[in-house]
Amino acid sequence: MRLIILDDVDRVAEWSAKYVLKRINDFKPGPDRYFVLGLPTGGTPLGMYKKLIEFHKAGKLSFKYVKTFNMDEYVGLPQDHPESYHYYMFYNFLQHIDIEPENAHILDGNAPDLQKECEEYERKIQEAGGVHLFIGGIGPDGHIAFNEPGSSLVSRTRVKTLAYETLEANARFFGNDITKVPQEALTVGVGTVMDAKEVMILITGSHKAYALYKAIEEGVNHMWTVSAFQQHPHTIIVCDEDATNELRVKTVKYFKALGEVHQQLIESNPVSKKGSVLSGVKGD
Amino acid sequence: MKTTISNELPSSSFPKITHKSSATSLASAIIQFTDCLILRNHQIVKADLVVQNGKILDPQKLFFNSKRKADIVISCNDAIIAPGFIDLQINGGFGVDFAHDTESTEECVRKVAKGILAHGVTAFCPTLVTSPPSVYHKVLPKLSFRAGDSEGATVLGAHIEGPFINIKKKGAHADEHITEFYEGFESVKKMYGSLENVRIVTLAPELENSGSVIEKFVLEKIVVSLGHSMADYEIGELAMKRGATLITHLFNAMQPFHHRDPGLVGLLKAGRPIFYGIISDGVHTHPSALRIAHCTHPEGLVLVTDAVSAMGLEEGEHHIGEKCIAIKGKEATIAGTNTLCGSIATMDECVRFFKEATGCSLEEALEAATLHPAQVLGIDKTKGTLNFGADADFIILHPKSLQLHSTWIDGRLVHSNPEVSL
Repeated sequence: MRLIILDDVDRVAEWSAKYVLKRINDFKPGPDRYFVLGLPTGGTPLGMYKKLIEFHKAGKLSFKYVKTFNMDEYVGLPQDHPESYHYYMFYNFLQHIDIEPENAHILDGNAPDLQKECEEYERKIQEAGGVHLFIGGIGPDGHIAFNEPGSSLVSRTRVKTLAYETLEANARFFGNDITKVPQEALTVGVGTVMDAKEVMILITGSHKAYALYKAIEEGVNHMWTVSAFQQHPHTIIVCDEDATNELRVKTVKYFKALGEVHQQLIESNPVSKKGSVLSGVKGD
Repeated sequence: MKTTISNELPSSSFPKITHKSSATSLASAIIQFTDCLILRNHQIVKADLVVQNGKILDPQKLFFNSKRKADIVISCNDAIIAPGFIDLQINGGFGVDFAHDTESTEECVRKVAKGILAHGVTAFCPTLVTSPPSVYHKVLPKLSFRAGDSEGATVLGAHIEGPFINIKKKGAHADEHITEFYEGFESVKKMYGSLENVRIVTLAPELENSGSVIEKFVLEKIVVSLGHSMADYEIGELAMKRGATLITHLFNAMQPFHHRDPGLVGLLKAGRPIFYGIISDGVHTHPSALRIAHCTHPEGLVLVTDAVSAMGLEEGEHHIGEKCIAIKGKEATIAGTNTLCGSIATMDECVRFFKEATGCSLEEALEAATLHPAQVLGIDKTKGTLNFGADADFIILHPKSLQLHSTWIDGRLVHSNPEVSL
């Protein structure tokens, strides 16, 4: 596992976007060779999306041969509701880039048969050849996508009933009326994300510091689903200083000492000082 | 393929036009206006406007459900896109007058409909001032709805102003034709003939039998507007209860506001929804009066030009009908006198003047000429708005000068101003 510690949220946005840029461009996607990206929603990745749009507008990055799979979506919420993840993805990212509509996948929370929708989603990921890079964020309770505490660490895409805490936390997006918050969601499973070749998790803010601690300093635990990625061969966690508040000094020092190596992961022509640790998909 | 579109779309007037596919015609192509500020939900927002087949599309639905993207992307360099203006009161223009030139009504309507495209108006109600019955019988059947296109703005139907008005507030209306509802609604039918093409009627509510007449008009789905009237506040309020929803050119041809009898002006705060037309040409309504009206009841404010035949003509003397009219600056007078003979303001000027005079937001100024008039007629689902599903009738304005860059109807470019580049 790599842990990239950066000064603030802006640096996290920039670093993660540069990493995506490099992974896609190094892959050299084409008509017979699509890069497959897993994508999150929420406040944390917004800055990364903005940067990616900038790169696209500057002609540095094309999504013409990129397929995307989003992590989750509410059940029963109209797609044009401002809190739906379809709305979020369209207005914050998809409409600004050159992706083909048929290549952008988001779970349909209004599908007549939700179970079937989930199975189809898994099949589509398979058909695309699996996800090359899955990007995620986490909740303060360490959940990734809607895999809330207690979710199986081998779970697949499924319908999930949301925890009461999640409903309470989300009420502010629905006019502070908890009865308007969707109570179910479709979400990829922990196992679905684990299948990706690479996973990048963005964690910012002191309110997520305890979750980061649980994610990397404690053992694998289904009460902190993000901890499962300790066992993934290629996980990168990108965080800001605030998020490291609960980590040991030793841990922080160790990863900060690797800063130079990590910087080379996003440089276009990396020059190695210590040999070839720069492939990016190499774990520590 | 591209040449077809280029003919419809002068590429020189936009910073950048990108053809994403080989669509052959603007009419069926999906056009996306980008890098623009659009008026939506009472706010100017940075968003794209996507149109196809004459309608405004929801780009998110297009993307996820239809799996489609735009065929043509037009960069607008931060220009403002607003719904097309709607003029509910316009007597003529470009040398013609609907009530006088009764021998050539079709030609007059065509001329005005075409001329106002250059001022951002995409729909209007040709207005007839007080006339004898023969004029209504002859002209009204020819003022039917006509969908807008490159030949002119949409004709929404007629606004008939008079002859059931108060002679003491006749304004420029002809005394000899002013009358009353002696036989109730029968008088109305005899006067106008068929009401099929009538959308708005201006009447004085103090006339006898007006109560039952207003109710009949409302049943016929005709908007009743109060004006050319001596009515006090109570009479006005009663007329509103009967169903009147509009006041004709506020302040003009009515009792002035008095603190013990606020008259029709007082209806702005009568506690029920009312719209009011107002002429913001810098001549007919003092800027301070505009400010007071706007501060008092901004949601009901409807900009109207009340333009006469001299609108759109150049400075100098013009022979129109039997009169000789002198145009100087913003004023049109009977030649050799100081008598104003109507407004010669264009709608785009009225909007700019109104914003300047009241210091209101651009959103408010634009909605007073778009959303509000559409609400008066109950057509705000399709016109006067850029909401998804609405008609693609819109205008592009320069972001700083607010000068009209181009006018679009049914998703097609119908007027382009070569003097404004984005």
